[in-house]
Amino acid sequence: MDYYDFFTGLFTDYTTQVIGLGTAFLGLMSGVLGVFAVLRKQSLLGDAVAHASLPGIAMAFILSGTKNTLLIFGGAALAGWLATFWISSIVKNTRIKSDAALAIVLAVFFGFGLVLLTFIQRMENANQAGLETYLFGQAATLLRQDVISMGAIAAFAIIVILLLWKELKLITFDPQFARSLGFSQRWMDMVVNTLIVLSIVIGLQTVGVILMSALLIAPAAAARQWTNRMSGMIVLSGIFGILSGVVGTGISSVGNNLSTGPVIVLVSVMIVVISFVFAPGRGLMALAWQKNKNRKSLALNTLLQGMYDTCRSHQNIKHEHSLAIIKTLPGYNRKTLKALRHEGLVSITKENEWCLTDLGISKAGEAIKSGRMI
Amino acid sequence: MSKNAIEINDLTVAYKFKPVLWDIDLEVPAGVMMAIVGPNGAGKSTLIKAILEIVKPLAGSVQLLGSSYRKVRSRIGYVPQKGSVDWDFPTTVKDVVLMGTYGKLGWIRRPGRAEKKLAEQAIEKAGLSDLAMRQISQLSGGQQQRVFLARALVQDADIYFMDEPFQGVDVTTEKAIINILKELKSRGKTVVVVHHDLQTVSEYFDWLTFLNVRKIASGSVADTYNERNLEMTYGAKLTVAP
Repeated sequence: MDYYDFFTGLFTDYTTQVIGLGTAFLGLMSGVLGVFAVLRKQSLLGDAVAHASLPGIAMAFILSGTKNTLLIFGGAALAGWLATFWISSIVKNTRIKSDAALAIVLAVFFGFGLVLLTFIQRMENANQAGLETYLFGQAATLLRQDVISMGAIAAFAIIVILLLWKELKLITFDPQFARSLGFSQRWMDMVVNTLIVLSIVIGLQTVGVILMSALLIAPAAAARQWTNRMSGMIVLSGIFGILSGVVGTGISSVGNNLSTGPVIVLVSVMIVVISFVFAPGRGLMALAWQKNKNRKSLALNTLLQGMYDTCRSHQNIKHEHSLAIIKTLPGYNRKTLKALRHEGLVSITKENEWCLTDLGISKAGEAIKSGRMI
Repeated sequence: MSKNAIEINDLTVAYKFKPVLWDIDLEVPAGVMMAIVGPNGAGKSTLIKAILEIVKPLAGSVQLLGSSYRKVRSRIGYVPQKGSVDWDFPTTVKDVVLMGTYGKLGWIRRPGRAEKKLAEQAIEKAGLSDLAMRQISQLSGGQQQRVFLARALVQDADIYFMDEPFQGVDVTTEKAIINILKELKSRGKTVVVVHHDLQTVSEYFDWLTFLNVRKIASGSVADTYNERNLEMTYGAKLTVAP
């Protein structure tokens, strides 16, 4: 399969359509829910939940003896949800801080999951093969009914978010004020945590437990760079999520045998890198440009004021000074002088002597009086 | 109906292992402008949070306007500490102020035209008209404080609780805020302010509570603002047996 096949397959080939739709749903859901994780500064919670779901997956298999997707989803969700519950109750009831609580719960659950996986490998059950694909994910294993469940869960999450939009925004921005208004933080936390758990669970089959949290965080972090509205961030993050899922699956299926999870995550990280560098306003380029602009304008001001002070110390404010004097002033370099001349603030005579123009005198005077830059 | 806006009995609050408020009894008459003063860690913010049921007390009861907070919630306004939120949050001044209408709206219902109008009026009153659509990360400390004040004004409450509304603001903003508070008082509202600047207590307020884990004194500024209370609050450090 090459890229052209994959692309046309998205419209014509049934298997490719199923897989494309599946990865789109999971990208959409994790992109949207990731916004809450990022804005609530709970980015690592997703990682704990994803790792913690492994024993749930294994237990669901051991108890049922089948790899029924819904059972596996259920087991993973239950384990993930238990993990969030434990983390918050450790933080609430002990002196252990949230980062430590997160690490403890993650390690305990994941370790237990790995033990169960090795246990399953020794079981005499023909179905056992392939459970370890949940570690790194395998898009090719997606079936029609899996994708239908993913779509249903994503639709459910989006409806809940639309219904509770006002409350979710309030509790994310200012939980204390929200509580003073009578909105139960415990309830809202439970809603958000449950949705985050669900968004992770539906990605496990495709992306895997180890890297799933990246797909939760990366699209949201990228989206924040481009917008200053929470609604815009949600939409953009959802789109980035879909893009990561579909493009990542495309690359992985073209590259044959490349694990889907890592590829999808790499695509999402590419989007993050592009956003961090190029986004207007918050991107590194924009910041560097602004910094450069500030530096130039500072140099311009310093030199102009220096010249103004020099001129004022003369009786004739328009007295022409030699170039040697200007070179001793702070902020001088040839570019800056050229820029001042270009703006008509300074004139230079044929004898290479300079003086301030009328405009230059009034601007410099104004700048000194108001304390502002020209 | 009692004449007291706030009545607190035997209130005790502890965070995990440390007592923060110890056996507080407090009565605040309606229509006063009260400052709560005390050193860092005295429990000033916690007192407000306990009244508003943001933190759960170990013991004690609070009555606002003669009944429990739950029943009169829509008549209470709150300005949290400026530092309690992330000002890089992706939202605008107008959106934050609009949050003041959420309490009366209740669950699910969205703010409509009437609510947006209220928000606009509050924004104007707080002197933020030019900044309404601005992203909140681009505000100065004083402007952030005005945003929180505008949000509380939208709540159109009978009692206002404000946690350090003058923190990090310049003199002009402080005067502007105090004028708004004085206008609230003139309309019969009760205003409770966590305050740090002892110099301005008697200029701004008419009622005063000294707090340092325990209540040291409470009453009119004329009666309570004296050296003895100041020394008891700030001078000797109080220790409380757990």
